[in-house]
Order: sequence, then C-alpha cells, then structure tokens
Amino acid sequence: MVKLRNVTKVYRTGAFGGGKLKAVEDVSLSMEQGKVVSVIGESGSGKSTIGKMILRLISITEGEILVNDKDISKLKGKSLKEYYRTVQGVFQDPFSTYNPVFKADRVFDIIRAEYFSDMKAKKWREKVESSLQSVGMVPEQVLNKYPHQLSGGQLQRLLIARALLMDVDVLIADEIISMLDASTRVDVLNLLIDLKDRGLSILFITHDLSLGYYISDYVVILYRGSIAEMGYTDKVFYNPIHPYTRMLLTSVPRLDQKWEESEEELMETQEIAADSLEDRCKYYDRCHFAAESCGKPELKKVEEGHYTTCPRR
Amino acid sequence: MAVSVKNLKIYYQTLRGQVQAVDNVSFDIKDHEILGMAGESGCGKSTFSNSLVLLKPPMKFMGGRVELDGESLPLADFRKMNEFRYKKISLIPQYAMNALNPTRKIGRMIAELLASRGVSFSKISRELDRRLKLVNLNRSVMKMYPFELSGGMRQRAVMVIATLLDPSLLLADEITSALDVSTQKAVAKMLVQFRDMDLVKSLVFVTHDISILYQIADRVLIMYAGKAVEIAPTKKITKEPLHPYTRLLISSLPDVGVKYSERRLAGIKGRPPGLLNPFPGCRFKERCPVRFEKCDKEPPLAEVSENHQVACWREVGNNG
Repeated sequence: MVKLRNVTKVYRTGAFGGGKLKAVEDVSLSMEQGKVVSVIGESGSGKSTIGKMILRLISITEGEILVNDKDISKLKGKSLKEYYRTVQGVFQDPFSTYNPVFKADRVFDIIRAEYFSDMKAKKWREKVESSLQSVGMVPEQVLNKYPHQLSGGQLQRLLIARALLMDVDVLIADEIISMLDASTRVDVLNLLIDLKDRGLSILFITHDLSLGYYISDYVVILYRGSIAEMGYTDKVFYNPIHPYTRMLLTSVPRLDQKWEESEEELMETQEIAADSLEDRCKYYDRCHFAAESCGKPELKKVEEGHYTTCPRR
Repeated sequence: MAVSVKNLKIYYQTLRGQVQAVDNVSFDIKDHEILGMAGESGCGKSTFSNSLVLLKPPMKFMGGRVELDGESLPLADFRKMNEFRYKKISLIPQYAMNALNPTRKIGRMIAELLASRGVSFSKISRELDRRLKLVNLNRSVMKMYPFELSGGMRQRAVMVIATLLDPSLLLADEITSALDVSTQKAVAKMLVQFRDMDLVKSLVFVTHDISILYQIADRVLIMYAGKAVEIAPTKKITKEPLHPYTRLLISSLPDVGVKYSERRLAGIKGRPPGLLNPFPGCRFKERCPVRFEKCDKEPPLAEVSENHQVACWREVGNNG
C-alpha cells in the first residue's frame, strides 16, 4: 500500500533559509491494507512531517514514497489532484478547520466542486448521507448546522466523512483526538477501527502511547526524526528494547499503577549542538546506557516483526 | 482547614443571560493536600481557578464564600483581592508557556513582578537561586528572553515564579496537558516536591486527565457542567467511583494494555448541557444510563461514606 524508503526531510531555518534542520532522517516503513500503523513520538520527533510528506503537503528531500507501487514524490498538477482520491488526511484541531461564517457541511461542497462536478445533486446528497452514516452520524442532525452547533467529536467525524467521500485507500490521522474530551474521543477511535475493518489503511499519528496501543496493529516509535523502535504492537509494548521506548512506557500516567520511584532522570533534553551528535545515537545525551562505543546505530531485527536501533538489554 | 469553598457561584454575563459556569460548588482543601479537579471542557474547572485569582467581567461573582486560612476572601472586590493575589493565592496558568512577557528577560520580569507586590528583589534573590536549582534550571535563564527557553524550561520557570512567595494556595490549571509524557512526569513530580517541601500549603491541580491525578493527587473532585458531582480520596474514586458520570468517564479511558480487540471502550453518549439557563434537576440526567424520576430534582452533594461525597440520587437514596 504505502511504502516509505529512506525518506529524509530537511527544513530550512533561519531568516534567509541558511540553517538546516533534519526533521526526518532515513525513515523506512510500510503500511498494509486494512491495518492501523501508529507513529508515536514526542513533539519535534518528526511524526507530523511524515504524515505531511505522504499527503504531499510538503516536499520530500530525499528518498521515495510509494503508494500502490507508484512513486508519489514527483507528482504535480493534475496527477497530484488525482492522487488525493486515494489518500486523505484529518488533522488535530477540528474547531479551526471550519470557517465559522459558513455552515459546517460546506466542506462537502468543496469536494463536490473539485472532484464530482458532474454528479447530479440528488445522487451527491445520497453519497454524502451514506458517508455520514458510515461514520456513525445521523445526517439530519449534522447537515445544515454551523460549526459552533456541533461538538468537537462531531466536527472531527464530519471531516473523516469528508475524507471518505473520495473512496480513499489511505487515511492519515494526525493527532485527531488529542483535542477531544475523554468521553467523546473513544467514539472517534472506535470509528477508525470500524473503517479499518472495512479495508482502510490508517496512519495514526499520536504522542499518546495508550491510544497507540489501543488502536494499532503496528507501531513506530520516532525519536528526533529517526525510528528508534518499530514492530507489531504487542511485541513493542510487552518487550520494549530501546531505552527511549522503555522510558516512554514508564512515564505514561496509568490508572492501575503509580509511577515507581524510578532511578531514571526524566528531564527533557538540553539543547545541544546537533553536530556533536553527528555520528552518535540520537538518544545518546539522554540515555542511561550510553557508552563510548555508541556509534550511529542501524535498525536491527530482534525478533520476527520487531526492530530497534539499540540492541542493548 | 486551609481552604473552604462554600456554595460558590461564578457566572458569566452574556447578552443572552447568565452562563452558570460554577454553580453552588462546595468543598474543602486540607493543609498539605493536593486536590485534583477533573472534568471535561466547559465543566467550570478553569473558571473556578481563574475566579480566585482574577475575577473580572464577563465573569461575575454571584454568591458563596471562599475562606483561606480562616480569612474570608473578598472575591467581589477586585481591589481588595490584591492583598491576596500572588502572595496568598497563586496560579500557574493553562498556557504557562505563553504567560511570560516576550519583551522582558526572565530576571527583569520577576523583578517587576515583585516590585508590583512591594517585595524587594534583592531580598528574595537568594531564595530564587535555590528554587531555580530545585527545578534544574540554570541561573543563566534570568538573563534570557522567554523565546530562548524550550517549552519545558518555560514551564518550570513559571512554576518557580508562581511559588516564589510561598503561597498558601497554588492553582495549577492544565499545566501538563501540552507536554510530552516524559516532561509531564517531571513537572508533576516537581509539584509534589513543592508541596513536600512546604513551598506551597495546598495545591489544586486542574486537569482533564484522571490518570495523572491518580499519580499525584490526594483527593479528586469531579466536575460536570458547573457542579461538583463527586469528591473522594484518589484511590477510592478510581477504584470504586459512584457517580454514573465518573464511572463512565473512567471506563472510557484507554490505558496502556487495553486493546480494542480485547476490550472495546465506549464513550459517553451526548454532550454536556449548555449552561445558559440549564434544565432543572441533575445536569447529567440527559446522558445518564440509570436515570429515574427523582433526577428531575437537583441531587445534593452528600456524604455516602467517610470522605466520599456524591451528588446522585441513586447513591444518596441508598443511605436513606
């Protein structure tokens, strides 16, 4: 379905674009049909950048992204527009996605104007309604309403319905439930699972490990733009190898167990010059097992369907 | 009793009427206690913490009493509250990262802040150094502008500033919500440390995330649509919640180790009621799975067992 091969993204920074920031470095991963892949990382780990590159909202600096065996990195104009019939994205903030002046269902009209301009009004209405039903909403309750009349969960589901109008194969879900309340976020999560069961591939980008565990078949743990560990969800969560993954898992606040008085120092990274880590593991400065011998690590297989850059422990 | 809140009513004045954001809320906070306050957006939890610090229009004080160390707070009098602000009651705001003045170096900002409270900077300078060390900040941050600090560093700087005068009551409003899990843990533990070292007497930790309260809070207060619906010690409320809302809220949380294929979580149907002229009776009744006739009357927050108060007719009924 979707394959990333050695993808790298470099942002230009500074006033005249003189500085360079490697947001994503040499990332390879693949998504299969009907599976949920979670990309988990802290802020600045490059997780959203990966989603945006697949959506072609930003360019790809190096490497290639294959969607249905076609390289999409060079798509332009018409072919790029056609590409959006197979891949769509939903983003974090449902409240600012809508124009408050217009009714919320205007997002559907825009799709019609761009992609289904020859469809009859009646048939279009049926299509919208069936799409709304597939995300578990009653069309009469949400059509003809202004954004402020709908809840965050409803707005977010409307956006998913909008993406589904295109008969997409791949959905990029970038932190789509982090702005929703606890009581409604589960409904959106469950909706994603239903869609997945119907064959949709979902890239679920999140910083929340428990959500990632709940929903995904496969997880990718990102740290500073590189993959630290990836594998089938159960394998990574029950047998975490990389020190970063282990640290993340012990930091998650849980309802069934208290944070132990862990010996681990959990302060965030001090900003250090990127150069000094040039040929080191990216986690070197925070790692408790860091040793002089830590070089630039490569992703290695630890067991079937489980890879990590740090073979330690 | 360090803090006692009695029948507090804070409404918002709008053109269409009054929004009853905090309605008849009563509870106590003991000395040396961390009280967690949890609820969904719009439940009044931020309104509560803001009202104690900066009660200004459209926020309106409608009645009730808040006592701090035996003194009644003049909440309705904006000027008189100045005596208490920052010295006795301090707030770490929701967007602590943006709470710093971007045009001032941190040190100068602190000096100005202290001057406005009539405290001399040089007297407190030593203590400030000690506090900065406590949160792992270098003294050099005093000479930096806020944009030179990372999000976590700014958060810690604000924590130091907010607690500099050893307030009796510290209100922490959603301070961990925008942070990564590892930073979140560090910040939460620091707050506990502040309490343990007696830098703050009591602490109200406002959040929507119950699992973080489980880690640090002594007692938890659950708010729903402007009302306090349940108060109990943390362990009790997470293990044996009584109010239907608390139960549904806790069961809807995904935890590490819960997968959809094993246990499919369920959300709560519907959405919280509008607080502009809310319907009479229990405010949760429209979404409640165990609603019955009595719910059309407002349930009182009643003690059902030791230290455990619930506002639900089902539970109150059990005890007569």
